[in-house]
Amino acid sequence: MILKGKIWKFGDNIDTDAIIPARYLNTSDPAELARHCMEDADPAFMTRMTPGDIIVGGENFGCGSSREHAPIAIKAAGISCVVAKSFARIFYRNAFNMGLPIFESRDLVDAIAEAARITLDSTQGSITVEGQDRKFSISPIPPFMEQLIADGGLMKHIAGK
Amino acid sequence: MGYTITEKILMAHTDSKDIAPGRLINARVDIALGNDITAPIAIREFRAAGGKKVFDRDRVALVLDHFTPNKDINSAQQCKTVREFAVEHGITHFYEGGQVGVEHALLPEKGIVLPGDLVIGADSHTCTYGALGAFATGVGSTDLAAVLLTGELWFKVPESIKFVIYGKPQKWVSGKDLILNIIGRIGVDGALYSAMEFTGETIRTLPMADRLSMANMAIEAGAKNGIFPPDEITEEYVKPRAKRPYTFYTSDPDAVYAQTFEIDASQLELQVAFPHLPSNVRAISRTGDVKIDQSLIGSCTNGRIEDLRVAAGILKGRKAAPHVRLIVVPATPFIYRQALQEGLLETFMDAGAVISPPSCGACLGGHLGILAEGEKSVATTNRNFVGRMGHPKSEVYLAGPAVAAASAVLGRIASPEEL
Ligand code: SF4
Repeated sequence: MILKGKIWKFGDNIDTDAIIPARYLNTSDPAELARHCMEDADPAFMTRMTPGDIIVGGENFGCGSSREHAPIAIKAAGISCVVAKSFARIFYRNAFNMGLPIFESRDLVDAIAEAARITLDSTQGSITVEGQDRKFSISPIPPFMEQLIADGGLMKHIAGK
Repeated sequence: MGYTITEKILMAHTDSKDIAPGRLINARVDIALGNDITAPIAIREFRAAGGKKVFDRDRVALVLDHFTPNKDINSAQQCKTVREFAVEHGITHFYEGGQVGVEHALLPEKGIVLPGDLVIGADSHTCTYGALGAFATGVGSTDLAAVLLTGELWFKVPESIKFVIYGKPQKWVSGKDLILNIIGRIGVDGALYSAMEFTGETIRTLPMADRLSMANMAIEAGAKNGIFPPDEITEEYVKPRAKRPYTFYTSDPDAVYAQTFEIDASQLELQVAFPHLPSNVRAISRTGDVKIDQSLIGSCTNGRIEDLRVAAGILKGRKAAPHVRLIVVPATPFIYRQALQEGLLETFMDAGAVISPPSCGACLGGHLGILAEGEKSVATTNRNFVGRMGHPKSEVYLAGPAVAAASAVLGRIASPEEL
């Protein structure tokens, strides 16, 4: 898949309380959750972002609770994918299980400035930044995870078996 | 080459011949847990996939603990969804109303989770049950839906990190201080994707309540699971509670570890994690003058009877400082009743405390103790992220019950030795 978009840069250890605060967990409605996406990390995020944009995080993105509301909020907000140095493991599972594309790329995160525009090619395993010649690599996705995404998430994968 | 306890439990639950860190396996699940926040999504997914019957109604636990007693219409609707599902499928372990306790205190207490089990829960602190010598890990709602349907789930076999703890802890120092200290050393992603295995002479005599607090916070170091080798203390805890057979697994002497840490517990002071990360840990002597507005004693980390006894021992004959709201949350109805019978609740009330019903409540900024802008709370909970207990500009300081009780009295973060 090829994804193009403007990036929004966040730091290390962006936790699920920052992605979707617990005060909004009395619903699982994606549209409602999307309204508060990233609210405690950047209160103006939803008014400034446009669908198709990409979130870039540092180490351990999505740490904290198991709430699937976090990847749901990001997906429903229209974010096309998340790139980070590393992901917390439950967030990693959840993203694949529900079909939110996420990619690990160490070099890119340090080299990229806020508001840059990137093109991510998951088949090639590369990211290019508009105005830069350098190509950044993304860690390959394990074959099983690729299968999950191809099947449309865990439940469809199971149903297919 | 030998196997770790984590590898052995996973092996016992899969048909894959080939267990090694990094391998993906499909494993049978003994107990699957959901709560009023995560189960509604799992139920939606289960139904969307055409689910008609759960894999085993005795092996599913549904606990309505987060926003209950229902805090608003939306949370009432979520509870209703789960209740109707529980009734429709005849779920044996369904808890709400006067039966409900904080899930990770309730399941071990009721003997629902046992040594050698493979447990998944759509709640990150499911890792708590590793205290019993079980493999227990937090997953998302879709994972829970998959297990409800099939009784199985995919796992990546984790590497193990060994923590060898020796030395006699000083007075007041508890399992909470040990785990905070460890998270402070290795960081919030220090055990990412890994199993944290706790051993050593200090662990062999460590009470179950302390083990539960420690395993509870393994996720705060990014771990997949935290685990204790089962022993006589485990047997004593589990035996009167278990209603089905259980198995003790232990690591082979030649098991392979990615890393080993040795920690001298005798050198440890009481610990406090400053905002906004559980790894931002300081010894109590280095906390400085931090005025507090609230002290919260409770949660799946430290809401057990042993924690309430420590707090009550310190609060007896004393009062919370006038500007401090002291909130005590017994984690389960059984603990609540014990605290009542032992006179602890009276001690808390005399100290000026509010006693909350068993609930997650303020721990996750849900209800029953939310912080306003600029307010600070010391809490015996497990997370102090931005906005965790209320306003994004409020602050949470994590500590054990001894520090939470002493701080309530002095109105600032303090050691009981200062009283
Ligand atoms: S007490 Fe807090 S940490 Fe524990 S399950 Fe409830 S919300 Fe989660």
